[in-house]
Amino acid sequence: MHADPKGVLTGVHFLDGDHACCEGTLAAGARFAAGYPITPSTEVVERFASRIPTVGGIFIQMEDELAASIAIQGAVWAGAKAFTVTSGPGFSLMMEHIGLAAMTETPCVFVDVQRGGPSTGLPTLPGQADMMQARWGSHGDYGIIALCPNSPQECFDLTIQAFNLSEEFRVPVMMMMDECVGHMTEKVVIPEPDQIEITPRRYTKLPPEEYRPFEPREDLVPDMARTGEGYRFHITGLTHDERGYPNMSVETQDRLVRRLLAKLNPLANGRSLCETENLEDADVVVVSYGITSRVAQRAIQLARSRGIRAGKFRLITAWPFPAERIRELAGRVKAFVVPELNLGQMVLEVERAAAGQAKVIPVSHAGGTVHNPDTILNAIVEAAR
Amino acid sequence: MQLLTEIRVAGFGGQGVILAAAVIGKAAAIYQGGYATMTQAFGPEARGGSSSAQVILSTEPILYPYVAHPDVLVVMSQEAYTRFAPQLKPGGILIAEQELVHIDKMPSGIRVYGVPATRLAEELGRKVVLNIVMVGFFGAVTNLLDPDALRKAVADSVPPAMQKLNLQAFDKGFEYGATLVHTLAEKGEEGHPVSMETES
Repeated sequence: MHADPKGVLTGVHFLDGDHACCEGTLAAGARFAAGYPITPSTEVVERFASRIPTVGGIFIQMEDELAASIAIQGAVWAGAKAFTVTSGPGFSLMMEHIGLAAMTETPCVFVDVQRGGPSTGLPTLPGQADMMQARWGSHGDYGIIALCPNSPQECFDLTIQAFNLSEEFRVPVMMMMDECVGHMTEKVVIPEPDQIEITPRRYTKLPPEEYRPFEPREDLVPDMARTGEGYRFHITGLTHDERGYPNMSVETQDRLVRRLLAKLNPLANGRSLCETENLEDADVVVVSYGITSRVAQRAIQLARSRGIRAGKFRLITAWPFPAERIRELAGRVKAFVVPELNLGQMVLEVERAAAGQAKVIPVSHAGGTVHNPDTILNAIVEAAR
Repeated sequence: MQLLTEIRVAGFGGQGVILAAAVIGKAAAIYQGGYATMTQAFGPEARGGSSSAQVILSTEPILYPYVAHPDVLVVMSQEAYTRFAPQLKPGGILIAEQELVHIDKMPSGIRVYGVPATRLAEELGRKVVLNIVMVGFFGAVTNLLDPDALRKAVADSVPPAMQKLNLQAFDKGFEYGATLVHTLAEKGEEGHPVSMETES
């Protein structure tokens, strides 16, 4: 299915990442957003609020982030594609409802424009320290998808992907931006609507009397029902059976929670999104994501110019983490170098996947700016020894 | 366009500093087939009346997003000059609103160009277009970008009703700059540190 032309601002623009993300939501078909303003993410919904009256849809500025993160789920069950936008402190407040979205399999998008933390931290400066929170922030076992754009163009492109993936897998999808990418202005090309692929919501074809709202298809994802067409269904955060009714049995819990994770397996393995370069002959592989991947690219170029065989592994889907690909690489490279704007988060996943087969060297940074490429270069040089 | 040129535009809030930087970036990235990355100060330093933006222009994708030592510094306030002039790259270009900025000592090797942009804008009837006068002047003295690309970027960055005025402002700044460069060349001072032209 192609994008609804009403939401697509086809053309060549000079936009910052936040505004490009907003255009991505509109192109993806989002017609409902709820948010509570917070630097450095506010521009996304600011633009949405000014654009949506002409496109046709609703923006509500809620009383807080808890309200925003639940309002979007109501909108989804009523038939809309919906999202909310925030930064670290607000992301913390949304955790409860991210768990609800995971448990009720509500397809929705959370945009987190990361700034330095913890707590109020550095409101106007970049960080990448919400990466583990995105994966593990709510209680219980569940899976989510997290995407990491490194340019305004990708803020547009990946936002569309985020909505598409949320519909395909029925999970909350996190757009893990950062202040640098969000506030950076570059050329953004928005294609014609018929060049933009949109994953429609998958609605049941069964008649109302046969429909069971949490009966999974073969791909472990259940179909949804259109509200107002005679389908009766019950949505709950309690452990529920295929009919959607609370069922506290050990068997139901096991079946449901295992499925919430297992349905993401295709994305964890073969279909993980990443960008790689020079892995064939690499001694050292730099694993990075978001804005750091651009700075890392510079460091890789510098290393190559010095004759060091450095390769690039850029995570676009940080979650599910592409553990198999890292494990496979670990068997044939000397070391991984992992720069990130936190004191060591995704590097733990690299270590876990490498499982001692290759050295794993973190290049941590508490946030507030990006790495100096020389710092990453030094780590590459050290790792290649 | 050169492989990599780093530019900082700075002044007071309200002078259109960010728009000036955006026009330069847009000209390079959209109308001249190159790459441009613009970032701006968002922190407490962006409050209290000062405003500053950084643009990187390149013929290749830009990886590192920030500017530490610009090749070109465009200043529209004394404070911006005092704060950012020491960061200019050796051999760099300083462009100043000459009636708002008093230039004291500059390290040798820095080329300095002054323009009475506010006055030129007032001659057009609207002081607010001083930023676009500065962009025109920047275009003429740096010769970094195709003037047509800059003109298109100006037209594309302002509301339709303001296009004519802004294009006039651009042309006025550009002509002032072109004349200045020509005069300096006749005096044989091209490529040398020059003092500002104070008489238009």
